[in-house]
Amino acid sequence: MPADPTAGQPAPHGAHAASLDPAAAGRAPRLLARAALRDVPWEVGVAKPDPAIVVDGVTRTFGGLTAVSVDHLEVQRGGITGLIGPNGAGKTTLFNLLTGFDQPNTGSWSFDGRPLGKLAPHQVARLGVVRTFQLTKALSRLTVLQNMLLGAQGQKGESFLRALVPGTWRAQERANTEKAMDLLTRFKLDRKKDDFAGTLSGGQRKLLEMARALMSDPKVVMLDEPMAGVNPALTQSLLGHVKDLREQGMTVVFVEHDMDVVRDISDWVVVMAAGKVIAEGPPESISQNQAVVDAYLGAHHDAPLTVEEEDRVLAEAEAAIAREENADGDVIGSDTRREEDR
Amino acid sequence: MGELIDALAVALKAGLGFQAIFLALLAIGINVQFGYTGLLNFGQIAFAMLGGYGIAISVSKWGLPFWVGVAVGILAAVVLALLLGLPTLRLRADYLAIATIAAAEGLRLLFRSVSATPVTNGTRGLSGFNADFVALAPWDTARRYPILGTQWSGAELWVTTVGWLLVALSCLLIWLLVRSPWGRVVKSIREDEDAVRALGKNVYVYKMQALVLGGVLGALGGMVYALGTASANPDQYQNANTFLAYAALILGGAARVLGPVVGSMLMFFIIQFADTGLRTLIDNGVIPEDLLSATDVAQIRFVLIGLGLMLLLVFRPQGIFGDRREVMLDAR
Repeated sequence: MPADPTAGQPAPHGAHAASLDPAAAGRAPRLLARAALRDVPWEVGVAKPDPAIVVDGVTRTFGGLTAVSVDHLEVQRGGITGLIGPNGAGKTTLFNLLTGFDQPNTGSWSFDGRPLGKLAPHQVARLGVVRTFQLTKALSRLTVLQNMLLGAQGQKGESFLRALVPGTWRAQERANTEKAMDLLTRFKLDRKKDDFAGTLSGGQRKLLEMARALMSDPKVVMLDEPMAGVNPALTQSLLGHVKDLREQGMTVVFVEHDMDVVRDISDWVVVMAAGKVIAEGPPESISQNQAVVDAYLGAHHDAPLTVEEEDRVLAEAEAAIAREENADGDVIGSDTRREEDR
Repeated sequence: MGELIDALAVALKAGLGFQAIFLALLAIGINVQFGYTGLLNFGQIAFAMLGGYGIAISVSKWGLPFWVGVAVGILAAVVLALLLGLPTLRLRADYLAIATIAAAEGLRLLFRSVSATPVTNGTRGLSGFNADFVALAPWDTARRYPILGTQWSGAELWVTTVGWLLVALSCLLIWLLVRSPWGRVVKSIREDEDAVRALGKNVYVYKMQALVLGGVLGALGGMVYALGTASANPDQYQNANTFLAYAALILGGAARVLGPVVGSMLMFFIIQFADTGLRTLIDNGVIPEDLLSATDVAQIRFVLIGLGLMLLLVFRPQGIFGDRREVMLDAR
């Protein structure tokens, strides 16, 4: 797949890629990220050539439950890193920790070499790490355009005293509005700009939230289940937008359950289960990884056994019991008893 | 007929009087906190009491000039807002509500307690602190002036004039603020704090600013009230006033600049009109004495207000100025 990036593109991609020059700005960063990751071994906690985010020994417990326990994790700059795992694996908790919405019990992490450990959410965001939420947070009783303008950083008019003197922030507000309209056009929300965000559909809210995050010119975008509850047509469009982020040189980390989506857009996939990173590697390596298969299909967990496997396990157990009870080993007897049980 | 016009004139005076100003300033403050920022301040009256007593104590107990008293009142309101906000604004909205309601009741009981009597004069209250203020009036305050069919004393007229000027300035301030990016942040906090945090805004600071601003506006309301009644008594500052201000805000329309002002005027107009109107009707025998006696009027007018508010919420939940589309978004 890395050899021919256009082959993997679904047809609807063309709809939004119009704003970009695919040849110049488009493909180069994508290839860079994939190429840089090509020689990285498929091991948990492996060092990346150019990490943007480095996580070290982060743990978070809720009472007796260890929600997150990550020894070491690096996220490649300029790439799309998919974070997958079964429900309750700690993906969202890790997101919350990385963006300052939650504080860990131990551990440290850094962004561009700057430790983020003790920062509040807004400080993390100001460094250029923005996130979206699993349950979309559109600001219902603000218009779509106001939602967008909120995302702009360093606004003079947001200080109490300067707000009273419109002259100090008018020009900046105009520039921000222009930028917001550009983004809204890209996300096909420009005609909705004066509608309350609360009137948008679920998928449009996802788009709005992503567009709003982009208003802050982020360096890292963290998307928590961007495709959840979105219809397939819109999923394609959202996928295209996520790819666009990478083309523009942003680092993307996203949580997703849909494996087709993950395979389609990720440069690197990190798999979490029970709070730990159990595997990482390029998307094609993941489906063959035994630890991942175990975590998802539950070889040792809660998935139902197949009939053949059940028979085998039962036979082994009974054989063991029989051996303990009787040195002769009445295996045949126990077999027939099982037949009767059925 | 003439009596009805008299009743209207009396009601109009109430709608324009210092009590309406007092309620309007409380409601403007609540509008900043609740209407725009989504903070639940259930103890707005505490800020008003600090404003009123700031002048009363400074002038009549400490012998300080009137303007120092104003500064003391505002400063006290700022300190109270900070004290209430520092521990609670990082928590969920309910905690501020609990803290403010307790502070309002606690402060009133403190001010009327025996141990505070040397400073606050206890339940007898303070008076005789508005001479400096009345002396500022550009007209003869000893005379009475007939305006719109009712008599106004010169001092009353002066308090009312200054009061409405304060209301106008407050509205201008709020108007400037809410159309600025500051107002956008504050409204976003009302909608979803976490989303605003994720976009790099220090939510805590904005909430604190809104709480302090609303508290100071409440203190100004308390000052107008103290100057209007020329006295300060702890039991004037019952927390029921906070909820009356909430009712006025909802009547006028929350998160609208003029909502709280019009709501307060209307509230006092209706209360007074119901009062005088009902008394007139009873005196004239239109309403039989057996059905409703003149002594019941004071209670029944609030029943009427309650009924009116219920009808308002059913048929016009957005209040007088509100945007129905906006209010209906919440009903999903």
